[in-house]
Amino acid sequence: MNATTPLLQVENLSIELPAGLDRKYAVENLSYTLNAGEILCVVGESGSGKSMTANAIMGLLPSYLKPSSGRILLKGRDLLAMSEAELARERGRTVSMIFQEPLSALNPLMTVGDQIAEVMLVHGEGDAASREQRVLELLDYVGLPDPASLRHSYPFRLSGGQRQRVMIAMALALEPAMLIADEPTTALDVTTQAQILDLIRRIQRAKGMGVLFITHDFGVVADIADKVVVMEKGLVVEQGTADEVLNRPKHPYTRRLIAAVPHPDENATRADADGDVLLEVRGLRKTYRSGGGLFTRPRIVKAVDDVSFTLRRGETLGVVGESGSGKSTLGRCILKLTDVDGGQILYRGKDIVPLSQAAFRPLRRHLQMVFQDPFASLNPRQTIGRILTDGPVANGMPLAEAEKKARELLSLVGLDPSAYDRYPHEFSGGQRQRVGIARALALDPELLVADESVSALDVSVQAQVLDLLQDLQKKLNIAVIFITHDLRVAAEVCDKIAVMYRGAIVEFGPPGEVFNAPRHAYTQQLIAAIPGRHWNPRAAVA
Amino acid sequence: MSFFRRYAQNIGALIGLAILAVVVFVALAAPILYPGSPWQGVAEPLLPPFEDPAYPLGTDLLGRDIAAGIAYGARVSLLIGIISTAVAVVIGVAIGALAGFYGGRVDDMLMRFTEFFQTIPAFAMAVVLVAIFSPNITSITLAIAVVSWPPVARLVRGEFLSLRSREFVQAAVVVGQTGPRIMATQILPNAISPIIVTASLMVATAILTESSLSFLGLGDRNMMSWGFMIGAARTMLREAWWLSVFPGLAILITVLAINLIGEGLNDAMNPHLRGRKG
Repeated sequence: MNATTPLLQVENLSIELPAGLDRKYAVENLSYTLNAGEILCVVGESGSGKSMTANAIMGLLPSYLKPSSGRILLKGRDLLAMSEAELARERGRTVSMIFQEPLSALNPLMTVGDQIAEVMLVHGEGDAASREQRVLELLDYVGLPDPASLRHSYPFRLSGGQRQRVMIAMALALEPAMLIADEPTTALDVTTQAQILDLIRRIQRAKGMGVLFITHDFGVVADIADKVVVMEKGLVVEQGTADEVLNRPKHPYTRRLIAAVPHPDENATRADADGDVLLEVRGLRKTYRSGGGLFTRPRIVKAVDDVSFTLRRGETLGVVGESGSGKSTLGRCILKLTDVDGGQILYRGKDIVPLSQAAFRPLRRHLQMVFQDPFASLNPRQTIGRILTDGPVANGMPLAEAEKKARELLSLVGLDPSAYDRYPHEFSGGQRQRVGIARALALDPELLVADESVSALDVSVQAQVLDLLQDLQKKLNIAVIFITHDLRVAAEVCDKIAVMYRGAIVEFGPPGEVFNAPRHAYTQQLIAAIPGRHWNPRAAVA
Repeated sequence: MSFFRRYAQNIGALIGLAILAVVVFVALAAPILYPGSPWQGVAEPLLPPFEDPAYPLGTDLLGRDIAAGIAYGARVSLLIGIISTAVAVVIGVAIGALAGFYGGRVDDMLMRFTEFFQTIPAFAMAVVLVAIFSPNITSITLAIAVVSWPPVARLVRGEFLSLRSREFVQAAVVVGQTGPRIMATQILPNAISPIIVTASLMVATAILTESSLSFLGLGDRNMMSWGFMIGAARTMLREAWWLSVFPGLAILITVLAINLIGEGLNDAMNPHLRGRKG
């Protein structure tokens, strides 16, 4: 390759959207350059068009979207002018791609070894024996244990991180010059994410590949990017080297995004909450049994294992853990959405574990929950007004009064009063989450359990919702249990943090202590894995 | 309304709706079009069709007007089809909802009960029930309902089972709504589309079952029905084809129309299929 020709050059690319949508172009006048041996991060919020260019490069655009102008030059040749057959030759050989959800990107009915070999087979590479040899090499190269037997596994047997490694092995099978990674770590736990990012960087360095890395997470950008492109609503608002964009952002949108990145203020000290003890959990246990027939032994998972803590009025407790750590189960136990196998949950000194659902119902109004998925947590067939009044009405409030209260709540959470008569699908994710918060507050609770309540939201919306939650908590003096996988978010909003690992709390303390002097090995690992730890977004926009 | 526009995209569904409208009109207008009883002999027996303009479809063995019989038969078919389906849907939704929502032992018991009904061939059971309770329109309707609710129960159970774990249902539990209220106001409205689609197809099956029962002589003796007309005509199949062909066509067209409507509803209501032709 000519040293002066960049690996990939996108020039004035515009992709038109079908008529009748809120904007004319999916991406407009997009230009950037990727050189061999570079990692270029494309950052943006959902709907910014960041994945669109990757799909255009791979020729994966849906049939109703056509690039209307511009060129995509791969090693100097325009991909948009190529025939489908030529494009098929380039895919996998020169450019390959890894996706966000490795489980849906892998064929569930084919062993992983066969899937990697297939990539070489369709490109007519080698014979069966040499392909087999290469499969084992690749599996070993991406750091998977025992390639010889893992080669015969089906995707469902592997963990999320292992599946992503298989995807990467597939992408590397033909030694492409360029790798496109579309949110490859978004579906993974933070420690796995750190390993995969490490792997991508290591491979990129070793092979001198160019990597186009698409992400929404500025922490990840800070970890791996050489160059950054920031996109908003289909337009590039800023591009430059990682150092320029991250530490000296110029465009107001970039500054806003960076300011919204959660970052623990490690030196902040909070006044200890001195309210009355509201909730005391003692030795809580919950075990899940699955499978197990007449002759097979059931699989037993200790989801919550001897968990104890106390929570005072006005206090925020962050429960942090990776998927499967039992953090959500703990929240569900406290709200009696699931049965408990042992221990006590004392609400105002009264044990609620032995209460029947009917006996507990009158107490429910004091313990409320904000759910994770703003799209699934609102009944699509009810108006916002109905959603907000249902709770108070079920607790005996006359409808007229509940209506008045619902309208007040809408303004409290920053929604327009006209929202009252509209349906959930008319609102964005952040607005729906506000409705979810209003629903929980409609009953004047004393305790709010927020289960991953901001993790489905874009970072700027996430910051707004977090602000709202903190504001309301101060105003109403409620206790909050904030369940999250994101240590950064927890550190920003919580008074105390409990780190959960395999059902048990392994570390408990104020955020400063947990961050600066983690005692448990797992907490140390978790903190080391936080993306962008060495970068201080606060200083960048100060 | 967008729902109607989606429905109207399916030409077959529109044709089905048009045919059904004609059948309903004929059923409602039967006493005006044919003021006398359909059992009354009005002309010479075995008059072939298209000969006498007063009796376009001919007459049967006893000189009864075939066209009048078909008009009155439409009333019986539609009445039994709709009422038996309504009863079956009520039973099926109740059992399916309880099983799906409460799960565990309740689910096991209700589903074993449902399977008990499913293992017996539906038509044989309907014959037995009608024979026991002497054939009249009430017993026929109930018998058809009793044999056709199990699929509804299974469908509703499945819908409730998956909707029960959705976050908005959990949210309703957390705000303190009671079980029956959650089932009625949160889950059922979200499960209604597949129920309507199934019900529309069950109406067609019920009409067929009623016709089959009447054909076997287990119809209501006081009501003219399409199945009875075919049953009575079977001995004359070669001599007078029109006695069985016209009621047969009536059944075919009505059932076809209802099936087309059911499919149209399915396409319009099922979000997974939305836009698959676009």
